[in-house]
Amino acid sequence: MKINPIEQFDISALMSLGSLGNYHFAFTNSSAYMVLCFAIIALVTLLAVRGDNLVPGRLQSAVEAIYEFMVDTVRQSAGEEGMKFFPFVFSIFAFVLVCNLIGLVPYSFSITSHIIITASLAILVFVIVIGYGFWKNGLGFLQLFAPSGVPGWLMPLIVVIEIISFLSRPLSLSVRLFANMLAGHMALSIIASFVAILLGAGLWAILAPLPLAMTVALVALEALVAVLQAYVFAILTCIYLNDALHPHH
Amino acid sequence: MDPVAAKFIGAGLACLGMGGAAIGVGSVFGQFLSGALRNPSAADGQQGRLFLGFALAEAFGIFSLLIALLLLFVL
Repeated sequence: MKINPIEQFDISALMSLGSLGNYHFAFTNSSAYMVLCFAIIALVTLLAVRGDNLVPGRLQSAVEAIYEFMVDTVRQSAGEEGMKFFPFVFSIFAFVLVCNLIGLVPYSFSITSHIIITASLAILVFVIVIGYGFWKNGLGFLQLFAPSGVPGWLMPLIVVIEIISFLSRPLSLSVRLFANMLAGHMALSIIASFVAILLGAGLWAILAPLPLAMTVALVALEALVAVLQAYVFAILTCIYLNDALHPHH
Repeated sequence: MDPVAAKFIGAGLACLGMGGAAIGVGSVFGQFLSGALRNPSAADGQQGRLFLGFALAEAFGIFSLLIALLLLFVL
């Protein structure tokens, strides 16, 4: 019996939406989970502010705590002008957080473990940073690649290095989230399959609780990684937006 | 060399990169702890940066794990 930890990431078309040339569009299980993620976020936040109490109840306190946390993060990283991007950053944070956490439920599907999803989010952030940077600063946005205090003879090398490190941002942003989710779910699948293998091997079944304990610990670690990766995605978005808002070092 | 064998060898070599990531993550937390034990009242304010530094350092270990997984299961 061969362990196949990669088939949990298969995308299956639930309902075909026709095709355009060689491209086939379908409502897939990934899309279904995205709708579920949106429904959870909308339901939780709308239920939380429905009471509108001055002294908040439990759900309202929890949602307010997350909101305040993101407001502080955006304000610290991007300054007061960065607050106009707050809805964008909060949406990204909430979407990535709930998507990551949904993926931890057994037999569910983790959306962010596909590079196309995380790359789309990262490209969105990158395009907004470049677009807003040029729109607000004109060509002065290119000051970002020429930090102050660099001697003249070193400048060409520094500019090339800065441009390469700037272009690597969407790549690292997307691959960080994607690889964390992929590796986590694959490790969970493999370690959990050890339990089944040991149970089916006769006398070795006495050792089966060991990989089970490892699986439990791994789920706890994955929950931490899920929240942490959402926070890191959001705070890096804020830092990159700060570069668009204030390109002079 | 048999290409499947080469893939397995490549996957094993790619996992060596995670050693560097482990050193990096340990360094991040170690420096944070040594600073926090000198100035405990300022430690809580820097927790956000601690987790950001941890995630950025771990990312490279995950990148090398990604190469290993790509070699094993995708290519």
